[in-house]
Amino acid sequence: MKFVAVTSCPTGIAHTYMAAEALEQAATEAGHEIQVETQGAAGAEPLDPADIAAADAVIFAADVEVRDKERFAGKPTVSGDVKRGINHAAAMVAEAAEAAEKAPATAGAPAPAAPAAEAPKVGPGARLRIWLMTGVSYMLPFVAAGGILIALAFVIGGAEIAPKVNGGEFEGVTYEAIANPTDILAQVGIAGLMFYLGGLAFSMLVPILAGFIAFGMADRMGIAPGVVGGLIAVNIGAGFLGGLVAGLLAGAVVMALKLIKAGQAFSGIMRIVVIPLVSVFAVGFVMLVLVGQPIASAQEGLTDWLEGLSGTNAILLGLLLGAMMGFDLGGPVNKVAYLFGVAAIASDNFAIMAAVMAAGMVPPLGMALASVIRRSRFTRAEREAGKAAWLLGASFITEGAIPFAAADPLRVIPSTMAGGAAAAAVSMAFDATLRAPHGGIWVIGLIGNAWGFLIALLVGTAVTCAVVLGLKSVARSERAAEVEDRAMATI
Amino acid sequence: MTDLINADLVDLDLTGEDRYEATALLAERLVEAGRVTDLDGFLADVRAREEQMPTGLEGGIGIPHARSAHVTAPTLAFGRSTEGVDFGAADGPADLVFLIAAPEGGGSEHMTILASLARRLVHKEFKDALRAAPDADAVVALIKKEVLEQ
Repeated sequence: MKFVAVTSCPTGIAHTYMAAEALEQAATEAGHEIQVETQGAAGAEPLDPADIAAADAVIFAADVEVRDKERFAGKPTVSGDVKRGINHAAAMVAEAAEAAEKAPATAGAPAPAAPAAEAPKVGPGARLRIWLMTGVSYMLPFVAAGGILIALAFVIGGAEIAPKVNGGEFEGVTYEAIANPTDILAQVGIAGLMFYLGGLAFSMLVPILAGFIAFGMADRMGIAPGVVGGLIAVNIGAGFLGGLVAGLLAGAVVMALKLIKAGQAFSGIMRIVVIPLVSVFAVGFVMLVLVGQPIASAQEGLTDWLEGLSGTNAILLGLLLGAMMGFDLGGPVNKVAYLFGVAAIASDNFAIMAAVMAAGMVPPLGMALASVIRRSRFTRAEREAGKAAWLLGASFITEGAIPFAAADPLRVIPSTMAGGAAAAAVSMAFDATLRAPHGGIWVIGLIGNAWGFLIALLVGTAVTCAVVLGLKSVARSERAAEVEDRAMATI
Repeated sequence: MTDLINADLVDLDLTGEDRYEATALLAERLVEAGRVTDLDGFLADVRAREEQMPTGLEGGIGIPHARSAHVTAPTLAFGRSTEGVDFGAADGPADLVFLIAAPEGGGSEHMTILASLARRLVHKEFKDALRAAPDADAVVALIKKEVLEQ
């Protein structure tokens, strides 16, 4: 059998390592394999997620709380104090073997009795995907809570709920923004409150994504620079792609700083002051100066360019706007296309808004469909995201596709672009129109040529789904898939 | 880097009524060797760890230890006792006592040495060899060979 173990003790210089050695000896003598993570003063070399995924049981010989225990969720576990690990290692190993036998491969704990040589090492690509997936798994509750609250707000309060809360014009009526959030319930009702809460939860989506990508890379030291970098990505309108950059950058900076060998007296200060300070400043500087300014000027350039295209073929314009909507799912390029549609409403051109909304609804819908028809191509977390994505897509909350795109950007973004382009082009071809700047399927009453619009949605959803399944099948070897799936089971 | 242990840090006739007295005797050697700057401060740190949970292990082992601000370099003092000293293990007193002194906030390369020492302590052959060692130099050679030359 295969086991993983964690040992720890209060001081972290003696018992931790003795227990590790004793468990390794006992397991080897009994003919098992074991990997031990020593959470002691010499620094913990974390267990390889692939080893955890492949383990039949987990042994904790620990006097202090095991760090990051959630990695082992769902595995049969044997726990004892660290001395038991030293004095009675053989008994603990035997109990672990017994526990593993009693718990035949349950969901989330695949325990194929594979010989040692078959357990492949996690390559760099798979490692990157595990980091991204870590960020996504912590972000998911925010997507679900925020997205569903906003969707319900539209269902209950209608499309005008957004300007009622945030201010703005809708169907010729101008609303004042509500300055004090505590007044929302009294002035706009429960739908307004839901809209506000949903928006707040959504505003945390990119910071959490970035923070926990960095956490996946560099442990808890990564969270501060990751979250700050993610907040900057929000403030500069860089969207989830900005969040990916911030998270990976923060993780890399902290990993690099940890390599610096500080003198004894200095090492406490490194962890408490130097690494947080330097990493937050470095990530913040890069995000604001090197990422933020180019994005702002690129947005201006794109906007000017789109305005210059106003006279061209409607279907071509639809293809272009749709691809932009699907590219970064709420990020800077998406925003340019969306605002182009909103601006067109003001000049009484309602077809562009319909095309833009169709393209913005299709990415979550397409991913939701794909995760249902080919479950095996998606991780458990992604399949759960897929359930909420139906409602988010129907409500024109394009962000519903971010969990998929953040976890696997190179395969998902081309498919959401293709699907968005197809939806917008079909909508343009049918000359569907829309007078509201948002609301999704719930403002179907305001859509001109609604059947054409629905056909556009169906085509776009089908295209997104087909492209993503094609890419996920072709560009992924069976072996790589197996390693990933095992590792993912632990997240 | 300074040696983990030398012959002056080995006491093959360790006495002591209890674990604290035995620890204090070994700690005095650390002070003489310049590895511990404040005897009482260091002993208080060891005692604090010992009171959390006695460090005796089955098979006649006691490992009093601490990470302490009064330690200048990671060091091991070794004592062998014919009568045995009670370190709180279930199966009786310890005849092999390892006093491990680690500096507060020590760099991880130092901790790695202590970690590999700790790992050796669970090997029966290592313990048997320590029990059979004829003199302090033999103990030092044995520990250096097992811990440092892996």
